[in-house]
Amino acid sequence: MKTLFRLGTAGSAMALMLAAPAAFAQDGDILVGLITKTDTNPFFAKMREGAAAKAEELGVKFQAFAGKYDGDNDTQITAIENLIAAGADGILLLASDTKAIVPTVQKARDAGILVIALDTPLEPIDAADATFATDNFLAGEMIGGWARETLGEEAAQAAKIAFLDAHESQPTVDVKRDQGFMQGFGIDIKNPDRRDDEDDPRIVGHEMAGGSEVGGRDGMETLLQKDFDVNVVYTINEPTAAGAWEALKGAGKDDGSVLITSVDGGCPGVRNVQDGVIGATSMQFPLLMASLGVEAVVAFAKDGTLPAPSEGLDFYNTGVKLVTDKPVEGLESITSEEALELCWG
Amino acid sequence: MASNDLPQFATQDARLSRRVINLLHGNPTIIPLLVLVLGLAVFSSVVGQRFFHPFNLSLVLQQVTIIGTVALAQTLIILTAGIDLSVGAIVVLSSVAMGRLAMDHDLPPGLALALGIAVGSGCGALNGFFVTMIRLPPFIVTLGTWSVFNALIQFWSGGETIRQQEIEASAPVLQWTGEALRMGAARLTIGSLLMLLLAGLLWYVLNRTAYGRHVYAVGNDPNAARLSGIGTRRVLFTVYLAAGTICGFAGWLLIGRIGAISPLGGAMTNLDSITAVVIGGTSLFGGRGSIIGTLIGALIVGFFRNGLALAGLDVLWQEFTIGFLIIIAVSFDQWLRRIST
Repeated sequence: MKTLFRLGTAGSAMALMLAAPAAFAQDGDILVGLITKTDTNPFFAKMREGAAAKAEELGVKFQAFAGKYDGDNDTQITAIENLIAAGADGILLLASDTKAIVPTVQKARDAGILVIALDTPLEPIDAADATFATDNFLAGEMIGGWARETLGEEAAQAAKIAFLDAHESQPTVDVKRDQGFMQGFGIDIKNPDRRDDEDDPRIVGHEMAGGSEVGGRDGMETLLQKDFDVNVVYTINEPTAAGAWEALKGAGKDDGSVLITSVDGGCPGVRNVQDGVIGATSMQFPLLMASLGVEAVVAFAKDGTLPAPSEGLDFYNTGVKLVTDKPVEGLESITSEEALELCWG
Repeated sequence: MASNDLPQFATQDARLSRRVINLLHGNPTIIPLLVLVLGLAVFSSVVGQRFFHPFNLSLVLQQVTIIGTVALAQTLIILTAGIDLSVGAIVVLSSVAMGRLAMDHDLPPGLALALGIAVGSGCGALNGFFVTMIRLPPFIVTLGTWSVFNALIQFWSGGETIRQQEIEASAPVLQWTGEALRMGAARLTIGSLLMLLLAGLLWYVLNRTAYGRHVYAVGNDPNAARLSGIGTRRVLFTVYLAAGTICGFAGWLLIGRIGAISPLGGAMTNLDSITAVVIGGTSLFGGRGSIIGTLIGALIVGFFRNGLALAGLDVLWQEFTIGFLIIIAVSFDQWLRRIST
């Protein structure tokens, strides 16, 4: 066993060495670093693409890093330290652990680097110089409102809602979407920064699906075991929604009696809206988020300009659109056909 | 004389405990089976009807199918005192291979399926090559290939999911393992059935063939095995090859379960499979354990997760309980080893 632990430490040391950047910036070159949660998710892949294209266009150096899994804080810390060593001008960060990364982010800022949180606000939000993100609460609120309007007032009062969230540790994005949905649906959310403190009898339960198809299926099956009459499903993202659909199909509930809502706007998700699997999804714009981030770093490197947040918010809102083929009164939305022009991944 | 009686009692006692120890030592499945039965009893009394409902029982079987199959592969490796950290990546890589070959390269779905499983075999062969020919510790080899296979998954899939509807339209054979046979309220999927058949086959090989005996022998004492004329390298290599092939097959089961082919997920599959093997009474030190124990181990994990969720307990208690089960299982294994030498 002892040797096993020794091997383990040796292994981590190797992993750290592998995480070192391959090229260091020349003095005078502007270097932008992007650190995503993983490199597996198409949302992050799209960001990398958008940032790389923008960097090329502006003629600056660009480096991408990623954690090994969602929630992998250590690799992100290493990546920030490497970017400090490489003399980066700015870091675009999608934090896996929004609290634990803060001291390391502070180190980068102390070294004069502009740190912009993309997609996921840090805790506290001002731990980064700026945040470019989807208004996740609004994204949730839109699909929650859509579900309530679609059911109608009476049915909404008697709804049975299943929640498929991402992670026990309650990451900000996860909580905001979930709480936004509840707000939109008309559930008393109590503390908007906490999930699970609500006592509305319409909530069947929350399962942690980890944002993947497998998790979506397992979680949905468990919630159907709790209450087979579920007729509204909130999912954190579209892969989770696809998994939930498989579980509903297996239970013979794929007859349109269950509303599935989601967030993301990835192309497979938009096609699932078209096929009637997902009732409505809130689309976000990762490419825009990343390219705006690169532009902000370049502006900062040239003359020290700091990016400003949107009116009335503490972050810069990169936009969110409701996608559904069954529009409801009072909520602006685009069809899946229109969304296919805008989707990513 | 009373004083003469005492030692007599003691020896009888000793004989009984020795018998029990020998029984446990010879049948590593007994303890996991007890844990499973106890767990079922507790959950059915706490949760009630819904837990023992045929639908729920068959559901848990569905939920453990993939991890159970991977754990079967992991059992072979751990019996030889090795460990394979790359199993989860092989599963996902094989499923991505099947999907991409069928959808992007327009191969006949049956051929894409066979090639996808062959990709799993290739990964296993690579692990086996480094372990037997280059003689590196399995832990290090598979730590490395885990990263390598993960990178290949990303290269090949571009991080993109192939949707269930697209596969259904052009390569439905890939989803066939997700079809369910209905028996009253229970739903037994083809995938679960295949896992049970595979377990039966592996049980037969390990317990009824010379090769199976060799696997145990190599795990128990590789030097003694070599001296008694067993080709230890060949046995080791075939074990890694078989494990990779089984993981490739698990890739097919994964598509059946989620309908789609996704580069996500599988991050914890390696550790989950080791958990099932250890809780199932197979020793991490090699040479002792069983296929049936591993199946029971996977079921224990599945039923504990399901039961705790239905009982309305926080997710964290699931992790807590399963963590404790691992430690208890390994302590027990250690104690048995100490006492029976």
